[in-house]
Amino acid sequence: MPLVLNKIFLISALVATFFSAPKFVSAKETADSTKDLKSEIKEYISHHLEDAYDFSLYSYTNEKGEHIYISIPLPVILWDNGLQIFSSSKLHHGEEVARVGSNYYKLEHGKIYKTDVEGTITYDEAHHATNYAPLDLSITKGVVSMLFIALLMFWLFRSLAKTYSENNGVPAGVGRFFEPIVLYIRDDIARPNIGEKKYMKYMNFLLTVFFFVWFLNLLGLTPLGVNVTGNIAVTFGLALLTFLITNFTGTKDYWLHLFDPLGSSMKWYAKIPLYIILIPIEVLGIFIKPFSLLIRLYANMQAGHIVLMSLIGLMFIFKSWLGSPLSFGLAFAISLIELLVALLQAYIFTMLSALYFGFAAEEHEHH
Amino acid sequence: MVGAGLVVIGVGMGIGRIGGSAMEAIGRQPDAYGKIQTAMLIAAALVEGIGFAALFAV
Repeated sequence: MPLVLNKIFLISALVATFFSAPKFVSAKETADSTKDLKSEIKEYISHHLEDAYDFSLYSYTNEKGEHIYISIPLPVILWDNGLQIFSSSKLHHGEEVARVGSNYYKLEHGKIYKTDVEGTITYDEAHHATNYAPLDLSITKGVVSMLFIALLMFWLFRSLAKTYSENNGVPAGVGRFFEPIVLYIRDDIARPNIGEKKYMKYMNFLLTVFFFVWFLNLLGLTPLGVNVTGNIAVTFGLALLTFLITNFTGTKDYWLHLFDPLGSSMKWYAKIPLYIILIPIEVLGIFIKPFSLLIRLYANMQAGHIVLMSLIGLMFIFKSWLGSPLSFGLAFAISLIELLVALLQAYIFTMLSALYFGFAAEEHEHH
Repeated sequence: MVGAGLVVIGVGMGIGRIGGSAMEAIGRQPDAYGKIQTAMLIAAALVEGIGFAALFAV
């Protein structure tokens, strides 16, 4: 079984690169003893929900009262009068100033600002930093996760396609698991919503977006602690693709439906007062549809992560034989529900995208 | 805060009604299971969206 061995080797190599060499990025921070547990948990949760410049594995407070963070640093790429590339370990979780060439950068509330040697950051009245923030193109935790999922999907589905041609069109191995899903998307999502004639054109996007969202949702449930689909920029990107595809593949009937929904059923002078209201609503609808897509995915994943993390946090607040097992059980149950939600949200995103493509591809029989 | 709670109650009732009606519909017409399920999920997703909007407005 050389092929299986190969796969096992590849997977273990991937896992090894992720876990084996965590660099010790120690940042000194004297633990504030007055900071209570509740605000610490709150901070932890909000930190988890955000994208980060490194893969933090764990942190602890040593006997001297210093916070030690253990994490895998990722490259920071800034555009500040030329490309600035450095490791995120230089940022030290915002506790030290990173010196790159003749520039100094500091991490403040999850954003990188340009500072002077001492790392002074000035604030306005609303406590927003007024320092110059260079254009940030960093490979963050979310970017790494997305690249990882993209590579995984490429490798998985390429090898799947290969087994089909080797096996005379019969699925083998993991293909037996994925074939029904692919067929479901084709026969129960794309065909009925888009129509027999045009559905093939949209299948690439629907399948890609379904598996991409599903895998990313599942990755968010692993202890790696990534929250990619709960990041509004990511869901915005996905919804933007749906928006562009819908409008660029729109047929004449689609645009007629938008700007002349009543057609020849009414005289033109009767349509004017109606269209003053109707057309703005229809035009707004073009934008509201993908907007609801992006908000739904973002809010669902974000809410799921918050609930899960809060329940885990409750364990440390209760610290009793009754409360902690109870919140552990709840966290376990919510994890199972989140497994379902991960699939359901990917399904709904694909389903609604297909529905919108169906509007765009519609062709009325003219009577 | 109270408003958000009220919205969540409303959303819960809405999704409950959607689910209940879908069950009844499936009971009446088991053949249309797939179509009813799709329509149910879309309606539920739309109601849910309002709930999240309220929660994030807090």
